[in-house]
Amino acid sequence: MSLTVAFTLNGGPVSVAVEEPERLLDTLRYRLGLTGTKEGCGEGECGACTVYLDGLPVNSCLVPTYQVRGARVETIEALDPDQLGPFLEQGATQCGACTPGVVMTALWISAHSELLETHTVRELMAGNLCRCTGYDGIVDAVATTIGEVGEGGTGKRESTAG
Amino acid sequence: MKVLLAERVPEALGLLAGDGAAIPVAGGTDLLVHWPVRVEAHDRTYVDLSRLEDLKPPRWSDRELVLGGLTTYWDVIRDERIGREFPLLVRAARQVGAIQIQARGTWAGNIVNASPAADGVPVLMAYDAVVVLESWRGREEVPLDRFYTGYKEMRRRADQLVVAIRFPRRPYSYQVFEKVGSRRAQAIAKVGLAVTRSDAGWRVVAASMAPTIRRCPAIERLLEVPTPLRAPDDLLPAIASDVAPIDDLRSTAEYRRRVMARVLYDDLRGPCGWR
Amino acid sequence: MQRREGLAKLTGRERYVDDLPLEGALWGMTVRSPAPRGRVTLVRFRPEVDWSEIVVVDHRDVPAANEILLIERDQPVLAAGYVRHVHEAVLLVAHPSREMARRAARAVDVVVAPEPPALDFRASPRPEQIQYGRDNVLKRLQIAKGDVEQALARAPVVVEGVYETGAQEHVYLETQGMIAWLEDDVLMVKGSMQCPYYVLNALQHALGRDERRVRVIQTPTGGGFGGKEEYPSTIALHAALLALKAGRPVKMVYDRPEDMASTTKRHPSLVRHRTALTTDGRLLAQDIEVVLDGGAYVTLSPVVLSRGIIHAAGPYACDNVRIVGRAMFTNAVPFGAFRGFGAPQTLFALERHMDVIARTLGLDPVELRRRNLLRDGQTTATGQVIRDGTDRIAVLERALALSGYREKQRSHEAFNAAQRSQRRGIGLATFYHGAGFTGGGEVHLNSRLQVAGLPDGRVEVLSANIEMGQGTLTVFTQIAADRLGLAPEEVVIGEPDTARVPNSGPTVASRTTMVVGRLIERAVDDLRNRVGLDDRARGAAVQDAILRWHREHRGERLVGEAVYERPPGISWDEERYQGDAYAAFAWAAYVAEVEVDLRTCTTRVIDFVAVQEVGKVINPTLARGQVQGGVVQGLGWALMEECKVEDGAMINNQLTNYIIPTSVDVPPIRVAFVENPYPHGAQGAKGLGELPIDGPAPAILNAVAAATGADPRAVPLTPERLMQLQSAEFGVRNAE
Repeated sequence: MSLTVAFTLNGGPVSVAVEEPERLLDTLRYRLGLTGTKEGCGEGECGACTVYLDGLPVNSCLVPTYQVRGARVETIEALDPDQLGPFLEQGATQCGACTPGVVMTALWISAHSELLETHTVRELMAGNLCRCTGYDGIVDAVATTIGEVGEGGTGKRESTAG
Repeated sequence: MKVLLAERVPEALGLLAGDGAAIPVAGGTDLLVHWPVRVEAHDRTYVDLSRLEDLKPPRWSDRELVLGGLTTYWDVIRDERIGREFPLLVRAARQVGAIQIQARGTWAGNIVNASPAADGVPVLMAYDAVVVLESWRGREEVPLDRFYTGYKEMRRRADQLVVAIRFPRRPYSYQVFEKVGSRRAQAIAKVGLAVTRSDAGWRVVAASMAPTIRRCPAIERLLEVPTPLRAPDDLLPAIASDVAPIDDLRSTAEYRRRVMARVLYDDLRGPCGWR
Repeated sequence: MQRREGLAKLTGRERYVDDLPLEGALWGMTVRSPAPRGRVTLVRFRPEVDWSEIVVVDHRDVPAANEILLIERDQPVLAAGYVRHVHEAVLLVAHPSREMARRAARAVDVVVAPEPPALDFRASPRPEQIQYGRDNVLKRLQIAKGDVEQALARAPVVVEGVYETGAQEHVYLETQGMIAWLEDDVLMVKGSMQCPYYVLNALQHALGRDERRVRVIQTPTGGGFGGKEEYPSTIALHAALLALKAGRPVKMVYDRPEDMASTTKRHPSLVRHRTALTTDGRLLAQDIEVVLDGGAYVTLSPVVLSRGIIHAAGPYACDNVRIVGRAMFTNAVPFGAFRGFGAPQTLFALERHMDVIARTLGLDPVELRRRNLLRDGQTTATGQVIRDGTDRIAVLERALALSGYREKQRSHEAFNAAQRSQRRGIGLATFYHGAGFTGGGEVHLNSRLQVAGLPDGRVEVLSANIEMGQGTLTVFTQIAADRLGLAPEEVVIGEPDTARVPNSGPTVASRTTMVVGRLIERAVDDLRNRVGLDDRARGAAVQDAILRWHREHRGERLVGEAVYERPPGISWDEERYQGDAYAAFAWAAYVAEVEVDLRTCTTRVIDFVAVQEVGKVINPTLARGQVQGGVVQGLGWALMEECKVEDGAMINNQLTNYIIPTSVDVPPIRVAFVENPYPHGAQGAKGLGELPIDGPAPAILNAVAAATGADPRAVPLTPERLMQLQSAEFGVRNAE
């Protein structure tokens, strides 16, 4: 253990001794026992490892832990379960492997809904791969969370610009 | 593995000067791909750039936009002023990976990764970007269209850091960025094209069409003359002169060549008055 | 009812195998063959690793039989001096540090004296390439009905076509993973899997342990799609061997590139059609040849071939059918189960061929389907009389109506005439999928299930069927709760632990709801009877009776049980491959609308309608999710998922270059269900899981054909392939 990295994790201070090659994903999962963040690909394609770094969603599989010293990290463990109603109702999760990453990105979008003036929900979710849902359940849940009412029925249309 | 932490630019330059094999780390979106499997990469020395705050913000002067050495794609996407004056930067940035990559990936990192399929480099090159390199020995500036010397080879010494990317502010009468990928998001480009026109002339930049991203002088000449074309195939000789696409895991030379011809023709026929 | 484990998954609290803490565990890694065929002449351990720290296992460490138990026993647990495919497992290494285990695996050189590999399943093997039987044919099967030769000879019209499909990689978001450790003398194995009893049987066979000394527990599984049907036996055996040798727990979790390259994939196929018709498009004869690439070991190829050929003639009435199928041995990484299991391949060929027929005869593709779709009383290729009362024409009509098929065709004409470089088209596929195991398969499985009445009045469903996202936990809860009139919280679904649950069969073949769900209903009835109640008792009466029983039988176990019973009137002749292939079929009509960019030949699916008749929809949200997910997985296979292969192994084994759809690549998938309750399925349900992946590829390629005039015959229809199909006529010059 050659490095000590101190940062803010889910609102509280943490200081952890890590190996130099450690990725933030590894530190969270194996050293800190926060297994909510998942590894799906190790190459920044699937987004299952999404966490917030200084308020932005990033792939923690591509973040060296030493880079988060003094920074603010938030993981799925810190999210408020009360926000998850639409995700449950609309079938946004099936096997669950992509789900924490999806939820992180989705709730971040909801909290920054001004982005929908320039982006669609689907574009903002494109970094979260899902193999089970076909994406409708996810997109519907995000739309509901943001307060946009969809077309209803069997797959709602995007009610966003872009 | 050794990690050297730098808190300011001179410190980083000193560390790079001290160890010729040290590798600077910015956003990590190229360097850390498949990191656990690449055990040989764990035996090297890295210089962490992530705290060099001076390098993060873009800056404006009357004559130039200067992106910092750590300016990210997301910084540009969220910058309305950049979007108004240099829309191709935003267009390209939005097609890099997805938000998780855009939040971390830097333009400078894209340049020094030297991938022939890079998304940022073509639009920078089409805007006449100049790469600003600093080292313990001093400052050096290299126009981006002369920066690459071969496949993954560039005019950067191991002790140099890209601290800025600057390009002139000028009115553009035409600009377009096209990325043809394997899917509509999160795709590596099979063909990348950036085209601009200003009083400085035409710039046509192709990516994934050769060992390096490059200007296309024969096509630019065609446009400067200007030459009336009748069909996409009329571009093929100039394309053959300017680029050398290959068959690889992503696509074929034939596909790339034809797509480049068709997309260029389709985009330029209006502005150039072709059929 | 909402997904039972949904909140746990949404909050990240659900724990998959790699999330489980493991004291004193070693990480296991696999050393694999670099060559497709040959004798291992040398295994060299390079000195950059301290080998005294590394646990090493080879084939000699397999205690009982170096065989992975499946249909045949041809696949070794670890190669014993001979390799048959690139990435075949030769050695295992383990170390407490994952990084050190990786370095150790890298530091082993496996030297192979190469022999000529068979790498093209379509070509007749040369003598020096023969490695299975006389001719490298892993399995032959044939279906015959009527007199195909005579019908072909007399037919006014014969249309031929050849269709190809490539491999497909599952890309379950959770890679393969397994933990093994010894608890007293019991080998414990926990991990990501679809079939705990397959794993149990494989462990018992190779390790020589009886069922009291092996215990297999399924952990929450992050996607399977068939990729975790048979492969987990291999990784379980590997983890177990390391654990037994090391005397410590061992965890193996594959990195994504390793998972993609070395585990099973969908069988590539080549299908030839020769079809005789009347001039007005009625089928007179279907002569079909199906060839599959099975790869280097048998795995499940015989069964994939079986399902493939049974579906090959489609949901149509035809008196003369001949389907000849073979699965070929090659030195490719073995192919295995993948959602659809042979049917996507043959249904793609068939439904694309139907449009080719329509074009050849100048017929409307809709009309062609209408004329030939099975009506009740007619028979399938295997002679199965269809009389389920489903109006298959109505299913088709519903899809046409929902998709706006005719209006869109008209608007596309105008659009295509006006557009320089974009073309739109609409395409259709009508198809079916048999639920449950083929023929006598369910009888052979002899599934058993229990529902226990617990001392606290709740009930517990004990089955070996697992949740991998398709909704097992929720649907099982619903079935039991509905039957007993209990609240869902009063129903426990027991963990799939072979020490606690009976063998209710694998979680495959779209059987979980229909077949196993039905076993739950019957076990529940049995439970009720055991506490002295009849089938009408519900709610508090049931719980009171259970509580009373436990007061009267302290310390005893109260269990209702059910064993599979074949539905009446079903009979299958395995020898002649005739009869009732499946107890029930689900029927579907899918419509895809595409926009093709003629400059780049990229295809965008802009609308998709999926209509299916599935008996009864037990949970609308879950059912819709299955369809949407299956459609998108089919869309990926149709347009962008290409396995690039060298020496029989996948070389684009990363998510950056094996392309699956993102949220931007797919439109909203519009789903509609038709219900026609199936009397022998739980609550009237038929199987649903695989059906949705059968339809997208042909519907999409038919749409591209309609849009562009091209004639694609192979999946995936990548832009490069479509460009090659562009004729000078509809190439860029049409983009004027």
